[in-house]
Amino acid sequence: MSDSAKVTDKLLPDLPPPANSTGFIGWMRMHLFSTPANALLTLFAAYLLYILMVPSINWALISADWIGDSRDACTSGGACWVFVYNRFDQFMYGFYPEVERWRIDITFVLLVVLAAWLMLPRMPKKGLVSFITLIIYPVVAFFLLYGGSFGLEVVETHKWGGMSLTLILAIVGIVAALPFGVLLALGRRSEMPIVKSICVVYIEFWRGVPLITVLFMASVMLPLFVPEEVDFDKLLRAMIGIVLFQSAYMAEVVRGGLQAIPKGQYEAAQALGLNYWKMMGLIVLPQALKLMIPGIVNTFIALFKDTSLVLIIGLFDILAIVQAGLSDPNWLGFSVEGYTFVALMFWVFCFGMSKYSQHLEKRFHTGHGAR
Amino acid sequence: MPSDANKSPSAHTTRFWHDPAKRAILFQSLLVIAVLGFVGMIVQNTLHNLESRGITTGFAFLSQEAGFGIVQSLIDYTESSSYGRTFFVGLLNTLLVSALGVVAATVIGFVMGIARLSNNWLIAKVASAYVEIFRNIPLLIQIFFWYFAVLRALPSPRQSLEPLDNIFINVRGLYMPEPIYGDGFGWVVVAFLLAVVAVIGIARWSKKRQDETGQRFPLFWTAAGLLIGLPLVVYWIMGSPMTWDNPVLKGFNFRGGMTIIPELAALWLALSIYTAAFIAEIVRSGIEAISSGQTEAASALGLSKSKVLRLVVVPQAVRVIIPPLTSQYLNLIKNSSLATAIGYPDLVSVFAGTTLNQTGQAIEVIFMTMLVYLTLSLLVSAFMNWFNTRMALVER
Repeated sequence: MSDSAKVTDKLLPDLPPPANSTGFIGWMRMHLFSTPANALLTLFAAYLLYILMVPSINWALISADWIGDSRDACTSGGACWVFVYNRFDQFMYGFYPEVERWRIDITFVLLVVLAAWLMLPRMPKKGLVSFITLIIYPVVAFFLLYGGSFGLEVVETHKWGGMSLTLILAIVGIVAALPFGVLLALGRRSEMPIVKSICVVYIEFWRGVPLITVLFMASVMLPLFVPEEVDFDKLLRAMIGIVLFQSAYMAEVVRGGLQAIPKGQYEAAQALGLNYWKMMGLIVLPQALKLMIPGIVNTFIALFKDTSLVLIIGLFDILAIVQAGLSDPNWLGFSVEGYTFVALMFWVFCFGMSKYSQHLEKRFHTGHGAR
Repeated sequence: MPSDANKSPSAHTTRFWHDPAKRAILFQSLLVIAVLGFVGMIVQNTLHNLESRGITTGFAFLSQEAGFGIVQSLIDYTESSSYGRTFFVGLLNTLLVSALGVVAATVIGFVMGIARLSNNWLIAKVASAYVEIFRNIPLLIQIFFWYFAVLRALPSPRQSLEPLDNIFINVRGLYMPEPIYGDGFGWVVVAFLLAVVAVIGIARWSKKRQDETGQRFPLFWTAAGLLIGLPLVVYWIMGSPMTWDNPVLKGFNFRGGMTIIPELAALWLALSIYTAAFIAEIVRSGIEAISSGQTEAASALGLSKSKVLRLVVVPQAVRVIIPPLTSQYLNLIKNSSLATAIGYPDLVSVFAGTTLNQTGQAIEVIFMTMLVYLTLSLLVSAFMNWFNTRMALVER
């Protein structure tokens, strides 16, 4: 009868989910206002962001002055980026003579090309390119930057400075520390007790002291360690300090990579009759190196940030040069702008590299397991 | 080679460099000779150089009069104190800023790390923005920023900010009332120590009772009541034996009270904010490392959300967190040496800076400074190793 009319053989269409659980409102309910406590937190954080961000953005972007020749151009009451705009070349190149600055440009363009070749997954001949980058490029870069031959004028290292010096210090530090790090890590895992203890003491010593004391040591003690005739310049001393220090950290990264190689690989290599160096060079290190790259990038980030310490021993890296600019009587009182600019430069580099290293970690994660 | 392989081992005379044991001895003796030779060369050069520059080696300079002032000192120090005393002044200042930094960085780091895992989208985003911003900017820039851009912009002593009564903030530092302990305050301390002993006793008893009967004892509130209440009661009985010495503006500056110099404030802020960004990451990954099966199992047992966190997740996460946390603490101690850039009188700034420049005893001074940091590093990692073994999972 009429009851049987309620029985239907057709499925009713699905009802839509409740309106308050979908769309923007639903998302807000779930992620911002799920409980009273959460709602309070959200409002508090939003208020905090509002009072922090609105004045900062207004100061840095909206009411800022960008272009001009002197501090008189800064009239809007916001940030005075004119200071940075005027000295940008000096912040990048230091006191490097203006006519010779193309040499720095070429050096870094070359580096970018080589690095991009190595970083892009599909490029061919990676082995050859890494050889060029690690062995040939540094020599070319030295002759380009320092000059003295091939008709290039000599540019003394005390004229080097700014962002280019920061990059030079970080890159030299990492590239030169790599071979020492590999040797130290192999030594630390060696079965020969004396080799092992020498490496452990070396690594733990440098890892236990702050970089600043190492730089002090390099600048005051190193000249005492060598015969009187040998004269190190300041930059070279800082570099030696950084490489000594960095190789200990590099050794720990390499050791991490070596430990991740399963024992079967070592045993298989020995079963094939390979000697120690062939086993390491042909079987273990190539596999370990792949695992080490994210770690190397991370130590590079740490070193890159630490290069700012050379300011204390009187080298003009980007931080030091900005600070020198801040004490120029014509530009007093722009310290917030100056430090914000340096911080932004470092941040862009470090953040970019850390994202790259995370990407590598994901790409290299070829084994089993979560993630 | 087949002919070689057919020979019996006894007939085959192996050259000694084919024998791993002998080769190891040879190799290691060569290494020792090389290292000793290198060190010997350095020592010889150094002695020669020192002689030709007329520097006498030795630690005699430590007892000479220093003759320079130090802004902040935890022990008695005057310009007529010895260079040896500058070492201790610097060391204590390093320890002070490191201890303050470790505490603050741990608190901020844990809050931020947990906030990153919050299911509140805004809070999680704010926390990750914090981590990404502060971890990618060199510490030295952050120190300079706080010191030169923020604290230097504070008003002069006459226009001091006064956020609370008798607390003044100006370009010379933060001035606070200093407690002066009168007669009988010793009893308050005694009461506090008694409370500590009592709390330990009660904790043992309540654990034993819980093991035996399963009954839980409200330990936290009892402990808090004892630790705060008992000293307060004694303080009141003894007739409030403590007065405050308030800072007063006299002439151009404040006199009396306690002062936090701007160098210390800037260094402390920068060190804690920078290190906290790393600690937040460690805490986040430590908590994420606990598999969701653990949380689900705990919820299935009917534990509340806070108990899941407190009884299941945190005890397991702590094990993952401790080793990297230790290295962050060590980094903080080492990074406190950046004090020298803004003139906070820490070990590097006072001893490896001023004292070294005045005496010229580079080798002794740098050696002592490095030794201090090495010792601190070894002590902290030894303590953390001990703590780690205590916390480690006891497996079958």
